[in-house]
Amino acid sequence: MSSITAVAGTSLVSNFALEEEKKTTGEKVRLLTPDGKIVEVEASNINKYPEAHITPAESRKGIPNRKFVMVIDLAKCKNARSCVESCQKAHDLDYNEEFIKIQLIQNNEESLPYWFPKPCFHCDEPPCVTVCPTGATFKRDDNIVLVDNERCIGCKFCVTSCPYSARIFNWGHKDKFENTNQPYSPETGIPATEGTIMKCDFCPDLLRQGKLPYCAKACPMGVIYFGDKNEDIVTNGEETVRFSELINDRGGYRHLEHLGTKPNVYYLPAVNRQFPLERGFNIDEDIIERYKNVPYVQDLKKRGKI
Amino acid sequence: MDIEQRKRELVKEFSPMLRKTTTISKIWIGFLIAVIAVGFYALILQFTKGHIVTGMRDNVVWGIYIINFIFFVCLSYSGAFIAGILHFFKTPWKNSVSRIVEITTVLSIIIGPIFILLCIGRLDRLHYLFLYPRIQSPITWDIIAILTDLIGCFLYLYLTFIPDFSILRDNSDDAPKWRKKLYSILSFGYQDTTSQRERLNKITRIMSTMIIAMAIVTYSVLAWIFSLTVQPGWNSTIFAPYFIIAGLYSGVSVIIVAMYLIRKYYHLNHYIRKVHFVGAGIILLVISLLFGYFTFTEYFSRWFSHKTHDIELLETLFNRYFWEFIFANYIGVLVPIGILFFKKFRTIKSITFAAVIAILGLWFNRYLIVVPTLETPYIPIQDTRPEFIHYSSTWIEWALSFTGIAAFILFFMLIMKLVPIIPISGIIDQERKSKKIKPKIIL
Repeated sequence: MSSITAVAGTSLVSNFALEEEKKTTGEKVRLLTPDGKIVEVEASNINKYPEAHITPAESRKGIPNRKFVMVIDLAKCKNARSCVESCQKAHDLDYNEEFIKIQLIQNNEESLPYWFPKPCFHCDEPPCVTVCPTGATFKRDDNIVLVDNERCIGCKFCVTSCPYSARIFNWGHKDKFENTNQPYSPETGIPATEGTIMKCDFCPDLLRQGKLPYCAKACPMGVIYFGDKNEDIVTNGEETVRFSELINDRGGYRHLEHLGTKPNVYYLPAVNRQFPLERGFNIDEDIIERYKNVPYVQDLKKRGKI
Repeated sequence: MDIEQRKRELVKEFSPMLRKTTTISKIWIGFLIAVIAVGFYALILQFTKGHIVTGMRDNVVWGIYIINFIFFVCLSYSGAFIAGILHFFKTPWKNSVSRIVEITTVLSIIIGPIFILLCIGRLDRLHYLFLYPRIQSPITWDIIAILTDLIGCFLYLYLTFIPDFSILRDNSDDAPKWRKKLYSILSFGYQDTTSQRERLNKITRIMSTMIIAMAIVTYSVLAWIFSLTVQPGWNSTIFAPYFIIAGLYSGVSVIIVAMYLIRKYYHLNHYIRKVHFVGAGIILLVISLLFGYFTFTEYFSRWFSHKTHDIELLETLFNRYFWEFIFANYIGVLVPIGILFFKKFRTIKSITFAAVIAILGLWFNRYLIVVPTLETPYIPIQDTRPEFIHYSSTWIEWALSFTGIAAFILFFMLIMKLVPIIPISGIIDQERKSKKIKPKIIL
């Protein structure tokens, strides 16, 4: 089991991009095993190691030698909401429960607002982890901040200390909490539990299989790049780029850097946008209502454009 | 006059208060129990249906429960602080008020933490706090602080009760059996000999300094729950001292109101006199000036430096919470100052009125610290569900809040049935010092 994980692990990031092709080609790939042998395996088999149940205790360790990062290219986002919907479906979330939210943000009065997908930032100095009195939320070696909802006592201190409003509390009972199709693992977050916290988890269950998180995979515009800082590679499923080059060339930044939380989600500024902002309003009336306080939206409404 | 005779006389004087229940107090007890019963029903609803029955949602995750928690716990800390100061500096007029202060301290440290338990989503996992403790969490500090304070205050209260239990044990010949037995157990073999008295005095004095220190530590930890986060409106260096002053503000006020009610309903005009009200009133004046100063600096520096997120918070405060802000931070400070500043306004009734205004103002001040900050996070709330945008408390939360107050008053009344509200031993001590009574010679 461990050697298979290692094999899958060595090619983790390159798999992100290859995934689609592998299914069809059936070609063979040469890989180096941990004991130094070169083996030839079916490319389509690389990700298909037995799906292991990761217990809460195991989920605290993290995937070895990984430092996961996400880069979100604001120039490409047109509020298609595929990331939100795909994430909700995979994590069994309700209509209003969003691990990744899309905000409409305006930097200053002169600048045009832009769509701002906001997952959990998986900070290196996570305020939520510091204040948790039971260790129910924890920081792993692979950069991921997870919640163990079997440990959470529901004090909500993490919610008040997170400056990015990344956390969701389960206020009342829901039928889906009784879902027993799969054993609970903090890596999937299913089933959720009443009276506890949940949030974006970077989909570690997919990462273990060498796949991209649901949001990154679902985005039709390739807005969300995901990868490993150790390997200095990120990919959106179509193009694979050097993380450092992307950040340096495109002026990558982290939201609210001055708070000192050191997020692992980077943004590329909304310059040379690929879509006009209005394209993002082709969505549910109810969701447009969310943005009613943004002056730009008020103006659009006044002119009868939405 | 002989000491033993004087003791008997005092017990006789106070025993109606201990043993007879007047119609008014029966009605009161009935009313309080009714309030508690409604609260109990609300509690069952919250347990069975979950926190969905409260007004708290993902942005404002802490509502009036946490405000009541801070309010009661601050009350307790300030009670401990005042009790410690009164005892340590041997304040001459302390005897009539010290027990009121001490009972307030212990009751509020019992009731306060219940409110934080109401904020916890999974009470069935409360023991995880001890199974998987993480010392860097300010909540863990708070638990340690509150438990220490609870034990400290309880010990201190008990120490001050011992001499009275002993007097009551020796002089309750006509009392029911259970009462006699209770006093005999609780008095712990105290016989009021010179050496016992000196030892007890020494211990009480040490405890009085310890609870002052404990109060300062616990106050600060409570303030840090908020000020150690990065949220605008909370992340403030002056929060710890600000909370100490705010706690004293409410503490002194609650004690004044308690003095007024006890004096009125138990006809203790002879013991709780105007001098006590004026003394407490002047202390309240000093604290209200300090409290006003802290409040002003806190908001003034935020307004003057006008960082984006601070300004968003201030805009919320001055629009949505305009009247609450005016009441909490103008009326709640300036009216007490106005009344207490002028000598001719310092009557028992007006001082009590000032205290009531101070209590209400301070409660709203706490509300404005907690709720508007949570409603204006760094990343603006973009939601369509009104209950997720603005907090409004439900009847369940109010019912449980009033239950806290009702339980406080009810337990206060019950303790007053057990020990005289004016310490008999204190009266004896005073009279002994002023040589009004002859000490019994103990060989």
